[in-house]
Amino acid sequence: MSDPVYFCGLSLAHPVINGSGTFDVRAARQVFGAALEDRFPFSAFVSKTITLEPRPGNPPPRLWETPAGLLNSIGLPNAGLEGYLAEELPALATLPVPLITNVMGSSAEEIGELLDACDARPEIAAVELNVSCPNVKTGLDIGADPAQLRSVLAATRPRLGKPLIVKLTPNAADVAACALAAQDGGADAVSLINTLRGLALAPGSSPGEPPRPWLGGGSGGLSGPAIRPVALAQVMAVASRVEIPVVGMGGVQNARHAGEMLAAGATLVAVGTESFRDPLAAGRIAAELGSRVPG
Amino acid sequence: MSAVGAAPIERRLLTVASCEPLGAYRLLRVEDPAGPEPAPGQFAMLATAERWGGGEDERPYLPRAFSVTRWRPGEAEFLLEDVGPGSRRLCELRPGARLWALGPFGRPFTIGPLAQPSSAGEPPSTAGEAPAILVGGGAGIAPLVILHDALARRSAAATALLGFRDAEHAAAATLIEGARLATEDGSVGTPGLVTEPLSEALAATPGARVYACGPTPMLEAVRALCQELDVTAELALEAPMACGFGACHGCVVPRRDGGYLRTCLEGPVVEAALLAPLVGPPAIASALDGAPR
Repeated sequence: MSDPVYFCGLSLAHPVINGSGTFDVRAARQVFGAALEDRFPFSAFVSKTITLEPRPGNPPPRLWETPAGLLNSIGLPNAGLEGYLAEELPALATLPVPLITNVMGSSAEEIGELLDACDARPEIAAVELNVSCPNVKTGLDIGADPAQLRSVLAATRPRLGKPLIVKLTPNAADVAACALAAQDGGADAVSLINTLRGLALAPGSSPGEPPRPWLGGGSGGLSGPAIRPVALAQVMAVASRVEIPVVGMGGVQNARHAGEMLAAGATLVAVGTESFRDPLAAGRIAAELGSRVPG
Repeated sequence: MSAVGAAPIERRLLTVASCEPLGAYRLLRVEDPAGPEPAPGQFAMLATAERWGGGEDERPYLPRAFSVTRWRPGEAEFLLEDVGPGSRRLCELRPGARLWALGPFGRPFTIGPLAQPSSAGEPPSTAGEAPAILVGGGAGIAPLVILHDALARRSAAATALLGFRDAEHAAAATLIEGARLATEDGSVGTPGLVTEPLSEALAATPGARVYACGPTPMLEAVRALCQELDVTAELALEAPMACGFGACHGCVVPRRDGGYLRTCLEGPVVEAALLAPLVGPPAIASALDGAPR
């Protein structure tokens, strides 16, 4: 195993965590039983995105397989803040690793309310803010515009007395500028990349007809090994500009990929889609990283 | 029987014992020494150990979900149909080749609790157990094979009605002894869809319980008919699935009372009364693989 890693005041057993929304602890407990805790693959656990109000998620189909990747339009299904605090948080609090709660809001008011709630719960070690959300007033993704991101964080950051990680969107003109804005706004770390916006058309779609998206939610988010070079470039661009730690993710499948993320400047690496293929992928990567000879 | 044991969290590297043609399908037999016994209706996620990727559209990438077709200690069988890059690659497997497997996963078919044998040598009592009607379409007969075997071990009354496109596909019906056949082209058995013999069987079998698996239009016809006749039915569903263990939230189907259920976790076998009308393309061997037809 690797030496402990220090991240935002947390001491983690190794540098591999999960990407938000790519691992469901309650489902995995039901399916795998006690083996989940015994072999828990991540050194910290990031919850799926929690919103103020419950969301059912998008209509199916929600998935399409792409060349070496996965296009999803899950739609952030969650029980809402109240449901999360009542039902999910107690189940996550018993995990053997620190808990990072991921939240998303469409305005500073909503984000402030979510941060207040997380601040009040000692089970939550840190918060990750998903800024891949359209602003309810402007319609622009909060995280895609540095000025907007800076002002939303300036208004809300003081309401959280614990570490705040900003999960950047890769669908921005200048991701490093967004990362700097997050740092200016008081983020303790940034994480990237979220999924890249993509589209699959229904088979049989042809020119001259209105395009028919295949996924129930319309467009989707692309993940998996297909996006790894993009992720690596964005992680390097961000890490070279900010002072705060970076969580790097995007298509990591093995220790070599994870090592590249760390070499590009990340402090932690997150595994997402690879956990779908192998629930112990992150643990395997952490073990391989720990035994790797540098260079 | 819906309470199932925990699945191993570790992927298993299995060896192919055989992968023989069965009409239009292939029957994949794998050595799985560490695999727990699946309950009828459960599935596994399969991916070849070599050359998983680089096929049509540079796929497959994710593993594919397949119902366990038959099982005995140390060995599992899967019925494959080539409908896309993943199932195609699995169909190419030959003895000695290796594949990754996770599972068994999912909610199985519900069958009555096994009664104690009344006296030595007599079969277990199935008194009070509803007679079973098994309805399968195409590769969807896969979970009905292991279910039929389990019902036969209990000496429970079971009628199997299987529908196929044509005689070449209907060759798979040999997996279920005594099954009644329907083919769309009329080349074997009753001409037409399997739902027609189902109506007759339901009329002839009061108090029957229906177990069905097949393409979405067939399942929807079964669901609607059973709802109309107030017959309890369990449907084994299929949906595009990335993980098989509840992580991705990709494989949802709409519930009748609103919201969604995950095919991998609350299914694949779902009580028909819980479901909203099923819509969608006819999913065949693995929905992540098959394109809409």
